[in-house]
Amino acid sequence: MRITVKLFAYFRDNRFREQIMDVAPGTRVEDLIHNLALPLDELGVTMINSRHCSLDDEPKEGDIVAIFPAIGGG
Amino acid sequence: MADVIFRVNMSDLSTKVEAVPAEWMGLGGRGLTSTIVAAEVEPTCHPLGPRNKLVIAPGLLSGTQAANSGRLSCGAKSPLTGTIKEANSGGTSAQMLARLGVKALIIEGKPTDPKAWYSLHVDESGVRIQEEKELIGQGNFAVVAALNKRLGEKIGVITIGPAGEMKMGAANISIKDQDNHLRSSGRGGLGAVMGAKQIKFIAIEPTDRKVEIADIDAFRAASRAFGKALIDNPISKALGQYGTNVLVNIINEAGALPTRNFTSGQFADHEAISGETMYDTIVARGGKPKHNCHPGCVIHCSQIYNDIKGQYKTSGFEYESIWAMGANCCVNDLDQIAEADHLLDDLGLDSIEIPVAFAVAMEADVLPFGDGEGILRILRDEVGKGTALGRIIGNGAGSVGRTFGVTRVPVVKNQAIPAYDPRAIKGIGITYATSTQGADHTMGYTIATNILGVGGTLDPLSKEGQVELSRNLQIATAAIDSTGMCLFIAFAALDDAACLPALIDMINARFGTELTADDVTNLGKTILKTERAFNLAAGFTNLDDRLPEFFSEEPIAPHNVVWDMSGETIDTFWDF
Repeated sequence: MRITVKLFAYFRDNRFREQIMDVAPGTRVEDLIHNLALPLDELGVTMINSRHCSLDDEPKEGDIVAIFPAIGGG
Repeated sequence: MADVIFRVNMSDLSTKVEAVPAEWMGLGGRGLTSTIVAAEVEPTCHPLGPRNKLVIAPGLLSGTQAANSGRLSCGAKSPLTGTIKEANSGGTSAQMLARLGVKALIIEGKPTDPKAWYSLHVDESGVRIQEEKELIGQGNFAVVAALNKRLGEKIGVITIGPAGEMKMGAANISIKDQDNHLRSSGRGGLGAVMGAKQIKFIAIEPTDRKVEIADIDAFRAASRAFGKALIDNPISKALGQYGTNVLVNIINEAGALPTRNFTSGQFADHEAISGETMYDTIVARGGKPKHNCHPGCVIHCSQIYNDIKGQYKTSGFEYESIWAMGANCCVNDLDQIAEADHLLDDLGLDSIEIPVAFAVAMEADVLPFGDGEGILRILRDEVGKGTALGRIIGNGAGSVGRTFGVTRVPVVKNQAIPAYDPRAIKGIGITYATSTQGADHTMGYTIATNILGVGGTLDPLSKEGQVELSRNLQIATAAIDSTGMCLFIAFAALDDAACLPALIDMINARFGTELTADDVTNLGKTILKTERAFNLAAGFTNLDDRLPEFFSEEPIAPHNVVWDMSGETIDTFWDF
């Protein structure tokens, strides 16, 4: 199934900003992170369709998955 | 040598040096300014009159080696909100005042001659009032340059721009930093209070004196642990690289980025104004993506942003300022926004209040949404020159709304709402409504938990748990503010168990006290209650702890949600 994956801040370095990916149904957010070789210990939040999600959540066809490193601000 | 209070009376142009009363000993920063304002200022006074007092205080650890301790607090009754107010900033003045042993500078009264202007001069012998003519009407950058020439490059400077001289409600107090740029005690019009007392600037002489530390070995150990906790925190990495503007994309993704005067939660051109784009632009033009606002800060969230020719344009280029002119006014040109940021620094105006005011002006068809050049022209030719339109805008978002009959005016207690839509992040809505100082995001930054996963997680769209979250964070923030540290230590303090104990150890080692974590929490509660008592005596009621009506009426995309927290629920905030 096709989903859109968005990366932010330095997670984009040597990867991409936004990409449509073909993934197997049942793929978890954590699997995506693993496949993209993103450092789990620097992970901030993840969202599916603008709602926070957990690493165990499984995106559906057409979903937008956003993956952020740990971020702060004011 | 013990710390002292410098008291300046602008009615009779006298100065006094006083011992620090016992009840003020354990206070610094906002804890001290709010305690003094609550004790000495009539809550019903006119903020621009002789009965208001401007209190300037460094933090408890300012001037020591403690990381992130060089913040300066300014406090008074606010001419913008009518509430008690405190605004803090970086720059070099906090450390300089602390080394001179100044616990607080209290400025009271008002000159009898309305045309006379003055400056204050602070050095080892005390504080002197001097007449000032040459720099009146000058922008803040010119004031810093002139004082560097007059008094030497190391002079500390606290200054108001033309906006403060004109007593505009959004006027800030600016503090020189180590690069001769400006940091801002931004919100609530404290620059107008300083202008009402007819003080253009405060010059602070450097000294070789050091801050006294009761137990130097204990201090050094705690300071090392504290610094390590800050540096090790993963959030420090993103802040150092992208600054606070790293938030544009995550808040946009969450559907909470107020766009086009709070009519949408996402901005189509978010990438163009994002922290990622800002970083690329800074690097390409030879600026500095990492920069600290005072010596001793280890987080480095500031930056040096250059124009296309590689010349300095601005620093302290914050998410709030970029959001306000970017998404909220629909300007997608980061260079126009940087130019505005520079102008606001020079004029001495709050870079949240003014752009939000512009968005309300755009709603009123004063100029079109997206007209970045129009904003710059009006800033230079109207606001900077004090024309009628300029003063309407200079007095903030509420002022523009009233003048043009606009109802979509995002303010609480007449202060502009910052860069997070309360409909999509309910926790911050509680903070906006209940904060003792008007709509303010730093007072209880629930974004940390609602969006960023710091200090736990809490669904931003649910009504559950938001009052408790805001309350806990407002208490913790008041406590940190009472130490006078930079609030960004909170990210480490919330998630690293070593951080807060190290801070308390440093305070105890500096003063020879035995404070506990409970003492610090209780201090936060006391400060909030002190501030609230002032506001109640000034005439505020629980009905002022509400968001503007349009938030309950108008759903915001993409989540299509309204503000639906009841007044009864909001009022439970004060159950502590």
